[in-house]
Amino acid sequence: MSCAVEQTVENLPPRGRGALAQLMRDPMGMTGAVLVVGFILLAIFAPLLAPYDPIQIDVRHKFQPPSLAHWAGTDQLGRDMLSRLIWGARVALGISMTATGIAGALGLLLGLVAGFGPRWLDAVLVLFFDSFSSLPMIMFALAVITVLGPGITTLIIVIVLVSVPGYGRLIRAQTLALKGADYIQAERTIGASSARIILYHLLPNVVGPLVILLSMDIPVVIMLEAGLSYLNLGVGPPTPSWGNILYDGYTSLRSAPYMVIAGGIPLILCTLGFTFLGEGLRDALDPKLKLRVAR
Amino acid sequence: MLGYSIKRVALALLILVVVMLGMFAMVYVIPGDPASIALGPRATPELKALLIQRMGLDQSLPNQIWHFFRAAATGDLGIDVWSKRPVLDVILEVFPKTLLLGAVSLCWAVVLGIGLGCLAVIWRGTFIDRLLGVLSVSMIAVPSFVIALYSLLIFAVWLGWLPAIGAGQSGDWGSQARALILPSFAIGVSWVGYIARLVRASMLEVMGANHIRTARAFGLPETVVVLKYALRIAIVPTIAIIAIGAGSILSSAVFVETVFSRPGIGTLITGAVEKRNYPVVMGTVLFMTAFYLFVVTAADLLIARLDPRVRDVLRG
Repeated sequence: MSCAVEQTVENLPPRGRGALAQLMRDPMGMTGAVLVVGFILLAIFAPLLAPYDPIQIDVRHKFQPPSLAHWAGTDQLGRDMLSRLIWGARVALGISMTATGIAGALGLLLGLVAGFGPRWLDAVLVLFFDSFSSLPMIMFALAVITVLGPGITTLIIVIVLVSVPGYGRLIRAQTLALKGADYIQAERTIGASSARIILYHLLPNVVGPLVILLSMDIPVVIMLEAGLSYLNLGVGPPTPSWGNILYDGYTSLRSAPYMVIAGGIPLILCTLGFTFLGEGLRDALDPKLKLRVAR
Repeated sequence: MLGYSIKRVALALLILVVVMLGMFAMVYVIPGDPASIALGPRATPELKALLIQRMGLDQSLPNQIWHFFRAAATGDLGIDVWSKRPVLDVILEVFPKTLLLGAVSLCWAVVLGIGLGCLAVIWRGTFIDRLLGVLSVSMIAVPSFVIALYSLLIFAVWLGWLPAIGAGQSGDWGSQARALILPSFAIGVSWVGYIARLVRASMLEVMGANHIRTARAFGLPETVVVLKYALRIAIVPTIAIIAIGAGSILSSAVFVETVFSRPGIGTLITGAVEKRNYPVVMGTVLFMTAFYLFVVTAADLLIARLDPRVRDVLRG
């Protein structure tokens, strides 16, 4: 999913209150944190916050423009747009966090194996990482969807497959850099096992950069989920997803433009929030982790 | 340089072979009958038998792999199940349209991005610099298909200034150019952000480098120092990011072409996925991967020519 990550052993992330204080001093990072916390709360408390049932059809009240009864209007089936958008947050965050979590764990494992394991295994894994990184993300996603059929599980599988190489590469680079460090060599000299070195020394040091990378990839994943759902290849109806809400709006663009306007706002705010937070976290924890580009 | 070029091209070919093996596995190792999946819901016993024979499914696995690679190497990407035309012909028909869209998007993004990046360097540390920084990150964060939908609503539906759908009338350059404006705007916005940030960062880094100080010490005019020595180095990361981003442009094109119902690789592959037109999907993925690898490799070679230090990476 991402590339051009530069990381060196001498800039291991500072931890604790210093980084948090720096994040709080950064207006962009703070804006991001507020937006992200807001969306997480929205997703958790969606059943309490949504004024109506998001899948309840009421054709007598279809295409109602925004009013006091329906703040964001109703869609072509009379469903309350605001409720659908609130529940959409749960779908977007649920899918993106599950998928990046699984991808992060797999990337961590493969990266550690590549960096710490035998050289032939490292070469095989690097070739695997490079090959996957060479596939244009969306093309690969569409190929997998053709084989497995659209749906939330396929979406998660796709996201995991396209994300793992980026995380694996980062962890491998970190592991290789740390492996030669003096304190690791000293551990080896006193007879520490590989498992001990990995668990007590490598893992705590490589997790920080991975968390930054994961937080920066969440908006990309949210965009991918919304985009594929917009193409009717991700989350299918009647489950509310920001992508399929935007598609419904697109089909009624002339008669009910408020649907597209309302549908785009949470998606924009959420991706902005995660991006701002990711940038803030990177600056606070690890200023040298360079800008990356989504494939 | 020759040694580096050979190694880099060999690596690209090796990756392509691995990707092809992966795609072979996807077609042949997935549960179920590959011929039925390839043909989708339109499978008839006759069509299935024909496809099994064509795909070589009745042969041994090594033979099948050989058959698959030989066909791909000779440009045989299969037959479109719906139109019965060779997949390569179908792809080549729409590919130039996507290429044009991507190139136009990138062109205006590069011009504006370099401009904004230079402005940020001139006013570094000021409010304008910070504002441009936030603006760049925001441009990167907003999904291209949302920009496409909003610009479609404002400029095509409400104001009626630009066409809402299609690629313009064939033979009418003016109409084709007008149809390019909104899609290329939607794709290019995030690139303005990327390039502005990158140019700012690399310009700031280069302006403090020893060779710039030396050039100044020799009394060279500032324009020569900036254009001949600073920009040459500062532009390198931009080329790299543009090449790596070829995939990102393709992703945006898939969504944006769909929003504007514009013929291209995006509408071709999404239509094929919906109809489960397997040969077109796989052929397009393979074609675009080869294209992407070509772009990335060409950019790497160009970068190595501009900045000899890069060659040491593979040499080491």
